[in-house]
Amino acid sequence: MAVIRDVMPDFELFQPASTDDAVTLLADYGEDAWVLAGGLDTFDWLKDRIKRPKVLVDLSQISELHGVNETADGLEIGAMTTLTEVVRHPTVISKFKLLADAAESAASPQIRNQGTIGGNVSQDARCWYYRSGFPCYRAGGNICYADTPVGMNREHAILGADRCVAVSPSDSAPAMVALEAQMVIRSSRGERVLDAENYFTNPGIDITRMTVLKPGELLTSIRIPNTWANTDFYFEKVRDRPVWNFPLVNVASAKVVSGGTIQRIRIVVNGVAAHPWHLAQVEAAITGMPANEATADLAGNMAIQGAVPLRFNGYKLPLMRNLVKRAIRGTMEA
Amino acid sequence: MNPIQWATSPWGQRVPIHIAWYLIWVAAIAGLAFLIFHAIWIRYFAKPEEFATTAPGSGPRYAIPEKIQRHSLAARLFHWVMAAAMLVLLFTAFLPKVGVRFSWVTYHWIAGLVLIASIIFHIFHATFAMDFWSIWPDKIDLVDAKNRALIMLGKSAPLPRRFAKYPFENKMYHLAIVFAGLAVACTGGFMLFRIHTPFLTRNPYLFSDMTWGMMYVLHGLAGVGLITLITVHIYFALRPEKLVITKSMIFGTMDREHFLEQHDPARWDVSEKPPSPPAPATLESPLIDPERGTV
Repeated sequence: MAVIRDVMPDFELFQPASTDDAVTLLADYGEDAWVLAGGLDTFDWLKDRIKRPKVLVDLSQISELHGVNETADGLEIGAMTTLTEVVRHPTVISKFKLLADAAESAASPQIRNQGTIGGNVSQDARCWYYRSGFPCYRAGGNICYADTPVGMNREHAILGADRCVAVSPSDSAPAMVALEAQMVIRSSRGERVLDAENYFTNPGIDITRMTVLKPGELLTSIRIPNTWANTDFYFEKVRDRPVWNFPLVNVASAKVVSGGTIQRIRIVVNGVAAHPWHLAQVEAAITGMPANEATADLAGNMAIQGAVPLRFNGYKLPLMRNLVKRAIRGTMEA
Repeated sequence: MNPIQWATSPWGQRVPIHIAWYLIWVAAIAGLAFLIFHAIWIRYFAKPEEFATTAPGSGPRYAIPEKIQRHSLAARLFHWVMAAAMLVLLFTAFLPKVGVRFSWVTYHWIAGLVLIASIIFHIFHATFAMDFWSIWPDKIDLVDAKNRALIMLGKSAPLPRRFAKYPFENKMYHLAIVFAGLAVACTGGFMLFRIHTPFLTRNPYLFSDMTWGMMYVLHGLAGVGLITLITVHIYFALRPEKLVITKSMIFGTMDREHFLEQHDPARWDVSEKPPSPPAPATLESPLIDPERGTV
């Protein structure tokens, strides 16, 4: 339980100056190491004494992890690039407005100045039972306190739950999946590149992690291909307050409409499952259909098929359905 | 190196949550170490097994058939269904713990239900359709086991008798499987209340945190115990001198030669009685007249 706040615990701090040094440190210390990016998720864990890493590897001194670079295929964004830098980057705004909108909706301006894109996509679940240090599944225990007859689960999952019902709280993650981004991961064994969709895991496969990153691995950059550049984007986030809050549900979509017909489309919803929920079946169903109200209705109703609400989050079904409809319409009109 | 992982419950109570996962490796290494030790022992040190001659008058009452029925079709089906369920359970339980990630829970509980059903079938089948006591160690087994151990250590002891239907090692293995299997099946049955299944209403508060914790620990301990037991079982099933028994679990029978070499006909009566001559009609055995009924 959280008993000590505002006092940092003991740990060994490393501030490597290169990615090579960082992955070497992560390989050396394995599960004892904790990667520190912007620190906005980290410091809560540490001050509450819920996570107790022996070693912190601070990435702030690694210049190669910072910045947005244009490549022949699109953009490559360093994992330590702040959300504000992403939001303000002219190419992001001109070609991938979806990502700019998603990143700008995260938290508050102060937090976006400090928070990194790598940290935002990789952040841990915000379930308060887990965050309070309860021995739940995600913390290595054998119960989900949110999925009990008396559990408070207003913000929890309606899709894809497997024992744990926590959700991914990221705003930028659904945009990454919608844009078919690729995640570049480094470790002492080399580099691997994953589609953003495969970067996130689910509790059925690994109940203690949100991403496929293993101890010793580091997300170094995110590549955004030109596949969806300058298409029709839609991002909307619903939260309890206009700023600072995590999403109750958000939706990110990119589509190409020609002659009133949907030529191709990507729709991803977050806040409803432990990972960004890619609506591949909805996309397949509405591709080639007219971009009109009937199609929006069809997409919205299809999107929530299979959803299982908990005691206090039934509202997420109409919310998700309507957000998907609005994404198809491309308008926030009711 | 605590073999049990503990946590603090929301009410401040120190509760066990599950076994420490390094026990998976301990169990696997124990199984491998046993089979390596045993293989070396048999290859280089073990003496040929000797048995006492069968006591006069205790031989078979009738002729011993060429093929001896060791396992009925129902018993063999149970064995292989249970084996398949057990292997699925072990792989789905422990592969994710050693880094092979996949969505395992559904496969695990379905295999668990198959195991529970097969165990229930086996209990009834063994009780009512089989010789129930043939698999449990008796006094002769214990005396002979002691004598075999003394002979193995080079000391003088009376030669052991041949085995009954099941050798002593078979009986002890069965005993271990009974304890481990019942432990995983019973605890696993209750654990179905912790997950979403189509036929049970989920109720994580069926027991207290402490009781649940103990249940998870017992489930885990029995589970890793089964890693060792099944490793050893597969090893013996594949050993050349045990292939006769393995084949009997597939085809149901063993040869007369092997039977006479290893088994005591007085303790396992497999003889075929000759067909009885037709009984003469007496007042005590009424005849049936197909036309008129009993006369």
